[in-house]
Amino acid sequence: MTLPPIPGFTADEVRSKIGFCEQLKGGVIMDVIDADQARVAEEAGAVAVMALERVPSDIRKQGGVARMSDPKLIQEIKAAVSIPVMAKVRIGHFVEAQILEALEVDCIDESEVLTPADEEFHVDKRPFRTPFVCGCRDLGEALRRIHEGAALIRTKGEAGTGNVVEAVRHMRTLWSGIRALKGMDANHLHKKAVEYRVPVELVSWVAEAQKLPVPNFSAGGVATPADAALMMQLGAETVFVGSGIFKSSDPVSRGKAIVKAVANFENPHVLAEVSAGLGEPMSGLDVRTMPEEEKLAVRGW
Amino acid sequence: MTQVVDDTTEPQAPLCGVLAIQGDVREHVQALSRRGIATRAVRRPEHLEGLDGIVLPGGESTTMLKMLAFQGLWDPLGDLLRSGRPVFATCAGLILCADDVQSPAQQSYGVLDVSVTRNAWGRQIRSGTFELRTHGAAGLPDPMSGVFIRAPGIVAVGPACEVLATREGQPVLVRQGAVLGASFHPELEDDHPVVDLFVASLRASVGERTVADTTS
Repeated sequence: MTLPPIPGFTADEVRSKIGFCEQLKGGVIMDVIDADQARVAEEAGAVAVMALERVPSDIRKQGGVARMSDPKLIQEIKAAVSIPVMAKVRIGHFVEAQILEALEVDCIDESEVLTPADEEFHVDKRPFRTPFVCGCRDLGEALRRIHEGAALIRTKGEAGTGNVVEAVRHMRTLWSGIRALKGMDANHLHKKAVEYRVPVELVSWVAEAQKLPVPNFSAGGVATPADAALMMQLGAETVFVGSGIFKSSDPVSRGKAIVKAVANFENPHVLAEVSAGLGEPMSGLDVRTMPEEEKLAVRGW
Repeated sequence: MTQVVDDTTEPQAPLCGVLAIQGDVREHVQALSRRGIATRAVRRPEHLEGLDGIVLPGGESTTMLKMLAFQGLWDPLGDLLRSGRPVFATCAGLILCADDVQSPAQQSYGVLDVSVTRNAWGRQIRSGTFELRTHGAAGLPDPMSGVFIRAPGIVAVGPACEVLATREGQPVLVRQGAVLGASFHPELEDDHPVVDLFVASLRASVGERTVADTTS
């Protein structure tokens, strides 16, 4: 079957919410802070834009509480482009999510990049008609979010660093988790479900299908066409690019190059061609020397 | 042992390309595979060789347009679309095949004599499964369902084009020769009759060519 019954989702939700996310596969979703950047992203070939008040590298530098964007900016971005518009809410901030649904954004990102509003609960995503995307570092976190109603998962990486190392770690960890379920007997599946704090039906679905029930994208640290292709070869169905584009010296060329790299992720000749002469990438941060409390990926439970 | 030569061997399974630049490629591949059709992902011009038909999937038409040019596919794909071989275009694919595109205006192949307006059925919040009327056109059941996702609207239909299904009185499924275009996503449903209709045209087209080859 195209989309097998997914525990916790109605057939219509599978088709309309998850179906929407399936349309984004192989395209690049770019972070933008205003309508001008959104137009640049669309021109570069983005499949969707993600509206947020500051890109992650600025959130890191400037500190303070990072929140949902100003609705005025979101409306301007919606008016500026014909591609889907996503926007971020703080973890657990279901009222920001209600506002984004009222603004008719196409997808809501409950994101660790913003300052969490609830340190115990994520948003209950089921009552919303708008699909949600959520971050994860491993299979358990992915399944908890899907159980709450997320229609799309992105591995978190470490946003705003321009360093792909955490994105790689999270994608590899997620796939090891999926592969580890293969052929597991009922007792072990139950044990995993307890460990992951989700219904056993969801764990069994993944054990059988050997994939997540929703599309699986990558985020957090992708700065070059090669980074994007690396995440695709590691099993991402596409990539979100945050600070990597608009914090580089030539956003249009870099955006176009990353779009081309994703579509040709298995072709090193094309990757070599599109990687040439792009100017300076965003300056990167070494995640190893970063204090634990500065890491965004640890937000979310 | 005598070797038996079977003169009634069925023609090989039709080989259908699926444009694989971006979008719900896997869903189309699975829908065709379940019906015994061989598929090939089309990313470069050489992938068009020897195809019996092609699917243009859902996704974002702006992204696809830019990438068709970069991949060197714009012209050779156009040749295939105009070759009379079966074409199945859903959502973004329909936009690529239309004669005229609005909101905003953009380049298209013009193999379906229709005007389309992008996202005319609304943003994602209005996406869902809706009832369509066919009045039995092309043997399709009436009513049937359709999954609409930020779907384009067909706002004008030229005389060369046949309307096979409507939603709320508006055309959503059209056919012109061997080109079938849908505003919605039959590939996202398990057993949608519109996929069957395309598969039947694919098999018929291969059958006709096989007969032509043997008689020539």
